[in-house]
Amino acid sequence: MTQSELTPGIVSGRLPEDRLESNFSDLHPAYDEHEAAVAADRCYFCYDAPCVTACPTEIDIPLFIRQISTGMDEAAAKTIFEQNILGGMCARVCPTENLCEQACVREAAEGKPVEIGRLQRHATDSLMERNVHPFTRGAPTGKRIAVVGAGPAGLACAHRLAMKGHDVVLFDSRSKAGGLNEFGIASYKTPNDFAQAEVDWLLQIGGIEVELGKRLGEGLSIEDLTDQYDAVFLGIGLAGVNALRAPGEDKEEVRDAVNFIAELRQTSDLSMLPIGRHVVVVGGGMTAVDAAVQSKLLGAEEVTMVYRRGRDRMAASVFEQDLAASKGVRIITHAQPVAVHGNGSVREVEFEYTKDGPNGLEPTGETFRLAADQLFKAIGQRLEGAPAGMMLSDGKITVTGAGRTSVEKVWAGGDCAAGGDDLTVTAVAEGRDAAEDIHAQLMG
Amino acid sequence: MADLTTEFVGIKSPNPFWLASAPPTDKEYNVRRAFDAGWGGVVWKTLGLDPHVVNVNGPRYGVLHGGDRRVMGINNIELITDRPLETNLREIKAVKRDYPDRAMIVSLMVPCEEWAWKEILPKVEETGADGIELNFGCPHGMSERGMGSAVGQVPEYIEMVTRWCKQNTRMPVIVKLTPNIADIRKPARAAHAGGADAVSLINTINSITSVDLDQMAPEPTIDGKGTHGGYCGPAVKPIALNMVSEIARDPETAHLPISGIGGVSTWRDVAEFLALGAGTVQVCTAAMTYGFKIVEEMAAGLSEWMDAKGYASIDEVTGRAIPNVTDWQYLNLNYVTKARIDQDACIKCGRCYAACEDTSHQAIAMKPGRVFEVIDEECVACNLCVNVCPVEDCITMEELPTGQTDPRTGKVVAGEYANWTSHPNNPAAKAAE
Repeated sequence: MTQSELTPGIVSGRLPEDRLESNFSDLHPAYDEHEAAVAADRCYFCYDAPCVTACPTEIDIPLFIRQISTGMDEAAAKTIFEQNILGGMCARVCPTENLCEQACVREAAEGKPVEIGRLQRHATDSLMERNVHPFTRGAPTGKRIAVVGAGPAGLACAHRLAMKGHDVVLFDSRSKAGGLNEFGIASYKTPNDFAQAEVDWLLQIGGIEVELGKRLGEGLSIEDLTDQYDAVFLGIGLAGVNALRAPGEDKEEVRDAVNFIAELRQTSDLSMLPIGRHVVVVGGGMTAVDAAVQSKLLGAEEVTMVYRRGRDRMAASVFEQDLAASKGVRIITHAQPVAVHGNGSVREVEFEYTKDGPNGLEPTGETFRLAADQLFKAIGQRLEGAPAGMMLSDGKITVTGAGRTSVEKVWAGGDCAAGGDDLTVTAVAEGRDAAEDIHAQLMG
Repeated sequence: MADLTTEFVGIKSPNPFWLASAPPTDKEYNVRRAFDAGWGGVVWKTLGLDPHVVNVNGPRYGVLHGGDRRVMGINNIELITDRPLETNLREIKAVKRDYPDRAMIVSLMVPCEEWAWKEILPKVEETGADGIELNFGCPHGMSERGMGSAVGQVPEYIEMVTRWCKQNTRMPVIVKLTPNIADIRKPARAAHAGGADAVSLINTINSITSVDLDQMAPEPTIDGKGTHGGYCGPAVKPIALNMVSEIARDPETAHLPISGIGGVSTWRDVAEFLALGAGTVQVCTAAMTYGFKIVEEMAAGLSEWMDAKGYASIDEVTGRAIPNVTDWQYLNLNYVTKARIDQDACIKCGRCYAACEDTSHQAIAMKPGRVFEVIDEECVACNLCVNVCPVEDCITMEELPTGQTDPRTGKVVAGEYANWTSHPNNPAAKAAE
């Protein structure tokens, strides 16, 4: 019997395959050549452009857009990759509405910025689709560097080091490289296995040896690494997930949203992926939105995102919030979970409304319950597996300058490092800059 | 409602919008569509003697595109009509009979010998056409055979042929001028001397629009080769406006009627040509780009603008700006302006700064927070910042009042008009008396 959105419980195949296919296709379809030319033509080629300042990797945006407008897409791609080797992924996942496009003077002028993200994708696709790698390695330096974590920070660091002629060993605990690009981002942002294609393309620089299934603390120790390598870069991300701290949290079908997203990303046949009829997501960040929207796209009848503060405090951008709303996700703010009910599995989640008081968030005493076949927790991740003795700030690795940690020969960047937004593009910038610093120190 | 009817060298038309002699007026079908769409007149595509010419069978047009493939200019290597003379004459007669209120001008190009003109003129007259236009302008193809711009570049020939035509027909004679000449006043004077009733200009400009970098050949490319063609469209309008004004200002031709041609696309273009001395305008590229319907916008726009300005008829607009077209030497050197940036309108793109800092006078300061301010001590009032600013009216030029000191020169702004002819730096200056 075929399932539908109304089928009770947790089942797969709620939607026909064609619906699933269209639901999980490109969120922002690629431009064709003419669309790109028209979009590029809107760029004013600003002096000391604000969009560049707003980009954590400081891509020369006016230059690459001008290159697109003159028909030189691949030259545009090189301009991007010189600053951001993961420019292809960033073009897909960057919250451009908070970064370059927010700074675009046409946003100020008309509320319609130049579509920098889509133009960047147009340029980077042109080169990557031909599987051309635009850089070559420098002369060998004889230095060996360990990069732990093959997410955006580690990949950017490894690539820049390899370009400089160093030999890099890139470790990752998972079965595939890519980090959150591969496991942690909504599928419709990076369809067609783009994350793996990007890793393969990036590795064409040469000089990077990938060792998968190696985790810091399990077979890898910082002492051994610093002994065996000339430098170490940690881009280990945030492996831990914060707990709800509500009774009943241990019931079945109460899951970490990141695991649900990872499972979805690794599923080859979405019609086989079970989803509840009623899904509740707790949290207000990108992960919460990615989990909620994808639940809806899989065919859940009712998906509710609950956040304890107001909309203005949500880490998810307004664009992401609107996306969720447009896909039919209900967003409840100013409510926090107080209990998870159910016999074995979650059946209902009980929330209490909150208000902002003089001493922070205060419960109001008023509660409500939401039916839930599944409860996804997306209330933040935390650092796990940091080397003992390494100095931390606010639970993350303390860094000074371009990612120098308190331990000699060890640098860190990306989500595991203190400071900075937890964005792909920030991780890329930190990885790249740490590589430059490592290079300067080793060769100086 | 402003009266758009026009009487130009005795030829009446319901509005001043004529289609220029070009592909859109090559045959009856097109011209009927044009008249149905509202065009006031046409200049029928140039007739020649039989045997009729042939055209290339490859591309005839090259183009200059702006953003979004906006057509800025087109060049063409098409020759005069490639249909038998009798066919054209028959169609002209039929159309004129059915549209008696529209201007029907016939463009002509025959060899520079009197017999040829004597042969064709009566045939055209017989169609009932209102007038003829002598094509002394086409810069491609026909000029290689001693016609078109080959005639238009020699004032003596213009005068001679114009005179032949005046002697051999009662129809008004409009002489179409080529811009491919150093001083447009010379051929205009020659036409006037030959008895022309009017001139029309500009014909197309000699051009290569682009090079096919794969074939290493100019476009349009015919079997690997290309040739120069005649350029027209919005890109040539500034050249045309200047040439029209030159003729309107020239004492020898000051009252010679002008049909203005060159990039006319909107009511505003029409108004500008009229203001500089044109009595009618002729359109081709805009129609070729958008179709005949554009005439509706021209008519409505011109009418509305004339009403707003209180101009009752086309005559009141013609030549209205000519008294204000002068020579550089008569410009007021005591008129001092400074650029002013409206900070509320500024979107902080910094183009004014880049333009001024890199290519002008370093007269714009970039302050923290991307605030751009004019440095009066350096500003020469060149207007470049105004022109490159993407926001209309964000940067304006403000006149310094009399008595105020210009911080750049340290001189007090004098109230009286003073130009180069009396300037102390001018070796030829006449002493002020």
